[in-house]
Amino acid sequence: MTDSLPGIGRFLSNAASKARLRLSQSPWTKPFPLAVILFFLTITSLLIGSYPVPLWRALDIMTGYFLPAGWTDPSAWDLKEVAVVTIIRPPRVLVAVMAGIALGMSGTALQGMMRNPLVGPDLVGVSSGAAFGGVLGLWLGFIESQVLILAMAVAGACGALLFTMALARMVGGKSDGLPLILAGFFVGAFFMALVGLLLSVGNPFYPRGQRTYNIAYWLLGIFRGADPAKVWLIAATTVAGGIILMSLRWRLNLLSLGDLDAKSLGIDVRKLRWLLIITVSLMVAGQVAVSGVVAWVGLIVPHLARLLVGPDHRRLMPTSAFLGGVFVLGLDSFTRTVIWGEIPVGVLSGFIGTPLICFLFWKTKTKGWNES
Amino acid sequence: MSAGDFSFSGLGHAYLPEQWIFRNYRGEVSRGQVLSLLGPNGSGKTTLLKILLGALKPAEGTVMVHGQVAFVPQLFQVAFDYSAMDMVLMGRAKKVGLFSQPSKEDEEAALCALEKVGMADMAQRPFHEMSGGQRQLIIFARALVAEADILILDEPTSALDLKNQNTILQWMDRLARKEHLTIIFSTHHPHHAYAVADRALLMLGGSNYEAGPAEAVLTESNLASLYDLPFKHISYEYQSQAIETLVPILRPKSDVCSASGAA
Repeated sequence: MTDSLPGIGRFLSNAASKARLRLSQSPWTKPFPLAVILFFLTITSLLIGSYPVPLWRALDIMTGYFLPAGWTDPSAWDLKEVAVVTIIRPPRVLVAVMAGIALGMSGTALQGMMRNPLVGPDLVGVSSGAAFGGVLGLWLGFIESQVLILAMAVAGACGALLFTMALARMVGGKSDGLPLILAGFFVGAFFMALVGLLLSVGNPFYPRGQRTYNIAYWLLGIFRGADPAKVWLIAATTVAGGIILMSLRWRLNLLSLGDLDAKSLGIDVRKLRWLLIITVSLMVAGQVAVSGVVAWVGLIVPHLARLLVGPDHRRLMPTSAFLGGVFVLGLDSFTRTVIWGEIPVGVLSGFIGTPLICFLFWKTKTKGWNES
Repeated sequence: MSAGDFSFSGLGHAYLPEQWIFRNYRGEVSRGQVLSLLGPNGSGKTTLLKILLGALKPAEGTVMVHGQVAFVPQLFQVAFDYSAMDMVLMGRAKKVGLFSQPSKEDEEAALCALEKVGMADMAQRPFHEMSGGQRQLIIFARALVAEADILILDEPTSALDLKNQNTILQWMDRLARKEHLTIIFSTHHPHHAYAVADRALLMLGGSNYEAGPAEAVLTESNLASLYDLPFKHISYEYQSQAIETLVPILRPKSDVCSASGAA
């Protein structure tokens, strides 16, 4: 290092030009292929499913909506096939894509904000808090109002996250590191117990005869039963939250340095953290309200995205968004086409996610997070 | 008053009522000067730095800052594998809007700062994989790119080997003399303060302190009462240059012998 001292001010042509070459690369260059994959996976998911619609027919029905009259022959279409391709599948596919984007982005934001790559919306209690808020909303009779259910879910998510951060701070003196993971586990378990309790004791407002479905919906996460109203709800929360998180993504780099350092760089840490807490709560609440708690995705996706594009949140956030969409849509498409009996996506994500995260956990053993 | 001037007066802080860590401290440093803070463990150096940085509100007293302040923490771990370039770019935080991303100009400025500290060839190298000295230089580059007027450093040489200590001291001197940055740093090494500081503040505890020009404050007797150890002022010539320094008289063996003798 001292060798470089006499050379101060000299033209470091080779090194500097190499670095400049890297600068010319847009932060969107690396995530772009994932966006393309997500687009084609979405189209493919609309074409496949458990109801047997021939692939060419499904394609014909889909393109019929966009192509000029005369290009396709609607008289050859079966009404059931049209309903499957245009009414039944699109809401489910879109909800799965939005849920994946919401979980990928909120997981990335939480990991950056908490300086801890081993947290996710379900692991710090946000998802459980949202589920509790949603179920409580149903209990209180807001079954007809999706907006009220969403508001309750946002309040639950926000409350749970604040509980977790306060508990971690009380135990460990700061809101990151191991105390945070443990606090999230405790708070999440408590809210899950409340959800289980409300679902078990029955509810005069809740549809009768669906107890097993309801428990699977809120605790394990499923996309069956998605309708246009759910699509609008999750689209609104994901797009609104997504725009905010995408705008704040570089600030996450700064926040991940720790409070003192971030403050010294001129960041209003308190304001930024509140903004992130509310945004993440909104996104997770929207996802939980339409598809229940989908575990592990918010933890795994940012990890995989980090392996692909590195830790800079300018690249990481869009990558996590697209990868989250691909991950959840892939799982849902798999469960509704390949597996007989349809396994809840939350179960499948846990089944795939836990071994994966064990491997990633082992890989991070030398990193600084566990010493910070 | 010009950008880079820094002063404080009547400064005091207590974490518990009436248990003052320090009180009535007064000090000043001008643009392009180096102020060194010295004191034994627990004397409140880090607390004072936090107050000077604006991260902690003092129980009493005022801090007058003219210009932007940048902070260089002790060697720290970052949670994620950021590259040197990512780290330096973060220095532009004040110049980038809350909902905006750094521009190409910000990235160019970061690269220029890396060139200035001779680290442009390591721009894409992970910060984690760098040595302690290299990391300090990256943080210096971050301060440069922030266009800060005042640099506050918390024990910048504490975890470095001798060669890297020398490099960091050279850089502090260079930033003060050539870039006209005001530098405030805490240290456990009086000879480091003696080598680079224009002014010094000795934190003797409570309301007791010594502050002023380094050569007047860093004396054998002042340091002896600060650390409860004898110090020796030494002058010698090296490569036709007259060098002066202060060294502590450490005699662990004689202490052990006298202790065992007493037993």
